Amino acid sequence: MTDLHTPLLAQHQALDATIVDFAGWQMPLRYSGDVAEHQAVRNAAGLFDLSHMGELMVTGPDAAAALEYALVGHMSRMKLWAAKYTMMCAPDGGVIDDLVVYRRDWEHFMVVANASNRVEVLAELRERITSGGFDADVADETHTIALIAVQGPASADIVASMCEIGADDPPALKYYSAANVLLEGGHHAFVARTGYTGEDGYELFVPADLAADVWELARERGADAGLIPCGLAARDSLRLEAGMPLYGNELSRERSPFEAGLGRVVNFGRADGPERGDFVGREALAGIREAGTAHTLVGLVGRGRRAARAGYPVVDEAGAVIGEVTSGIPSPTLGSPIAMAYVSREFAEAGTAVAVDVRGRHEAMDVVALPFYRRGA
Amino acid sequence: MPDIPDNLLYSAEHEWVRGDASQGAVVTVGITDYAADALGDVVYVEAPSVGDDVKAGDVCGELESTKAVSELYSPVTGAVVEVNEQLENAPDLVNSDTYGEGWIFKVELSDQPQDLLDPDAYSDLTE
Repeated sequence: MTDLHTPLLAQHQALDATIVDFAGWQMPLRYSGDVAEHQAVRNAAGLFDLSHMGELMVTGPDAAAALEYALVGHMSRMKLWAAKYTMMCAPDGGVIDDLVVYRRDWEHFMVVANASNRVEVLAELRERITSGGFDADVADETHTIALIAVQGPASADIVASMCEIGADDPPALKYYSAANVLLEGGHHAFVARTGYTGEDGYELFVPADLAADVWELARERGADAGLIPCGLAARDSLRLEAGMPLYGNELSRERSPFEAGLGRVVNFGRADGPERGDFVGREALAGIREAGTAHTLVGLVGRGRRAARAGYPVVDEAGAVIGEVTSGIPSPTLGSPIAMAYVSREFAEAGTAVAVDVRGRHEAMDVVALPFYRRGA
Repeated sequence: MPDIPDNLLYSAEHEWVRGDASQGAVVTVGITDYAADALGDVVYVEAPSVGDDVKAGDVCGELESTKAVSELYSPVTGAVVEVNEQLENAPDLVNSDTYGEGWIFKVELSDQPQDLLDPDAYSDLTE
């Protein structure tokens, strides 16, 4: 049953969006069209409702130490107003979720979790705080906070135009940092220069009862620059071109961050550097780092026109299965099929010729370095 | 509500058929507004080739959007006599002009079509 919805469902329905179930939420898949929405973000700006994402507030004297233990990043070293991409791993090193954590105060972190993993991340955070004996609390604020993203090259101008004169200046924000901003109408928003599209962009965390006002303000201020509402279909094609992993596709309990090429998010500390406390999964992850992984996440670009899709086998030139596709689309920006896939390590080098079994026919593809698309290129 | 023109016939697999649906006649085939909407923006159409024999209810090609892929079924039996070459460079015509320039192929019927639906019956199917 899809019984969860964001405070913007009425806006989506008024725009005649195609609504689908996503992790139990009624979410807009598309409004005008997947490709037009994708191109708007690449060339101008797109507006996304991401209010299904989980906002978990970790507070208390031990908040930093608790997250340092619960997550794989060196969380206690985060600066105020910083954002950090990190993960929660199981004791065996498998990924429970990938997260963006914001430090809103010295003893206040906001953990943003995928909608599909919110309940489990919340339970794990509580369990790890208790078992570690930390003086910290976790509160699930998902239903009281709306998340609205403005993404694309025009986003800095648009978000600036949404602010009161004299408010903190969003265009001055660095990538992966955040600020409290006063929006027009006197609404306070926690604004971060983060996103999941491969473009410059902002994510605006606002109280749920103000979501509709902020959504309409963004549409009005962005209209001249070409901003249009964008659905989950465009979000998926944008993140895939940008080589960003999606939990449930590239990331899962069965894979470690090292297989996904994201070993850099796991911080073990250094003998000659700042100390790093223990964390869940440390021993297993250290072993995986040492031993290497049998499979590696790679990018594939198709030579033909038929696209690989999640679950399709990757084969070598002799037709033997060497891996599996995790995500694939016909890329709107490249004009060719692109995919991410786990392949045996010996096939992971850029330039290796492979094929994907696309519904019974082998389509030639080349291994390429990720991402497929980099802005300003 | 999907657009279902009164002057066409339809298949249960969401293709439309235009023309005199009798043996020996040439009919035009496309996918319906309902199917195009469900797929999203079509970016690649693999149509049958001229000269291919197609059979009603059988797969004869595929349509790909950014989000999904869907098989193309022939709603009629016969020989393919023309394929819409425009779709090679403008597959989005399937979305933007579904019942016009977005046609996919033409078939010279070798059999009297059966099981095609009139607009009312097809409309019931999409509810």
